[in-house]
Amino acid sequence: MAAVLPLAAGAADTEAVVVPEQDDAVASAVMPEDDAAEQSDDVDVYGIIFGHIGDSYEWHITDIGGRKISIPLPVIVRSSTGWHCFLSSRLEDGTGYEGLHISSSDRFDGKIVELDADGNEIRPFDISITRNVLALMISSILLVALILSCSRWYRRHDALSEAPRGVAALLEPVIAMINDDVIKDTIGPGYARFAPYLLTVFFFILINNLMGIVPFFPGGANVTGNITVTFVLAFITFMIVNLTTNRHYWKDIFWPDVPLWLKPIMIVLEIFGVFTKPFSLMIRLFANIMAGHCLILCVVSIIFIAAKIGIAIGTSMTIISVVFGIFMDCLELLVAFIQAYVFTMLSAVFIGLSRERPETGKS
Amino acid sequence: MSLLLPDSGLLFWMVLIFAIVFFVLAKFGFPVITGMLEKRREYIDNSLRLAKEADEKIGHLMEEQARMIAQAREEQARILKEAAQARDNIVRQAQEKAQDEARKILEEAKVRIEAEKESALREIRSQVALLSVNVAEKVIRKDLSSDKAQMELVYKMLDEVSASGQADKN
Repeated sequence: MAAVLPLAAGAADTEAVVVPEQDDAVASAVMPEDDAAEQSDDVDVYGIIFGHIGDSYEWHITDIGGRKISIPLPVIVRSSTGWHCFLSSRLEDGTGYEGLHISSSDRFDGKIVELDADGNEIRPFDISITRNVLALMISSILLVALILSCSRWYRRHDALSEAPRGVAALLEPVIAMINDDVIKDTIGPGYARFAPYLLTVFFFILINNLMGIVPFFPGGANVTGNITVTFVLAFITFMIVNLTTNRHYWKDIFWPDVPLWLKPIMIVLEIFGVFTKPFSLMIRLFANIMAGHCLILCVVSIIFIAAKIGIAIGTSMTIISVVFGIFMDCLELLVAFIQAYVFTMLSAVFIGLSRERPETGKS
Repeated sequence: MSLLLPDSGLLFWMVLIFAIVFFVLAKFGFPVITGMLEKRREYIDNSLRLAKEADEKIGHLMEEQARMIAQAREEQARILKEAAQARDNIVRQAQEKAQDEARKILEEAKVRIEAEKESALREIRSQVALLSVNVAEKVIRKDLSSDKAQMELVYKMLDEVSASGQADKN
């Protein structure tokens, strides 16, 4: 694990890219020079970046000449007045719809809120299909289609006499690598119970990472760079580790093999460790992907900031940014794979550690 | 800060979507693929082992073959040698036998010749005796006046004797 952390950290420092918000950037930068609405001359880098890496009720594609082009998504909310279900385009003008509006306060920035009797904003129960939810759905459908078409090949053909073709040929080496080199080797005997979950996690993270690199619809959403998504994945790993373990695992936590005076400290540390392991999984994936998206957006934004300064600087910075952006995109492809791999491998390692027996020797 | 706080709506959908994806893939996706991969690996391992065994067998067979050829050659040489010996033996035996036979025939011939000679001598002796007796008889009967007459008489009697001897013989 220690060997992997620096790698992950290093990746977080350098990765980045995804040009999904490039169009936004173009729009914001170009607008002041056009006859469009009066805006400040500064490029709103903060808005661009956080608008992208956060979630939203619509899928913003681009602005053309000040006109916003976006895909409205369904809002599903249960407020004090009952269930509401409508398209997000009704909230666009900012006046609100059916007593609901998008907040601009610090606390609920960008979320749908309603006002209670005292005029305070309160969050209703909100299960809207937001951009991240839709992106999750799209990539999940894609993933299921890919894997099922692969498994269908195996159902319909005799794998003993035919070489796999098409999707099966593409996925088979990856599945074999994760299954044999990661899952089987780290968990050891009894690995088959956990293989479906770990394989699902790997491909789920991988496809969402890759879709995040695609800069336009249906990609570009920051799904695996969202803490909710990584929280769910890490939480499932946490549950599996702690529910399928053996008594040696609990003995190591509550009665570790150390001198008596060290036991109180060690017990606290061990209990702490139970939670830090999945927590590190959650934060690692979230931070890596989010930082990657942030960095590439910064690189792209530099073009528009530099363009304001002067034509010479603007041109040179544009060239540098494009070159750097290409490099970042390639790096992001690598990171997409590495992070999926690391998450799967560490999950497998945690599961394997929790199933270890003293006879097999502790490393 | 909202970046670090899980959102309830997304949490709901994430749990739902991931549960569905996991259910579908764990039931219809990965077990089929990994099972088939495992099967194929076993098949390949098995095939390799069999190929190795077959290879070893062929090696043994070739050794065996070489050994058999060598053996056959030895056998051949031995048989040829024996045949040559047998031939020599037969020839030698035939020669010996022929010599024996020849010697026997010669001996027999000698014995017979001896016998014939003996019998011929005996006959001659008896003839001579008879002649002598006849001659003596004649001599005694006739008066032998002169030498010339005597000689004529002797010859005459000899002629008679030989004539009668021949007549007797016949």
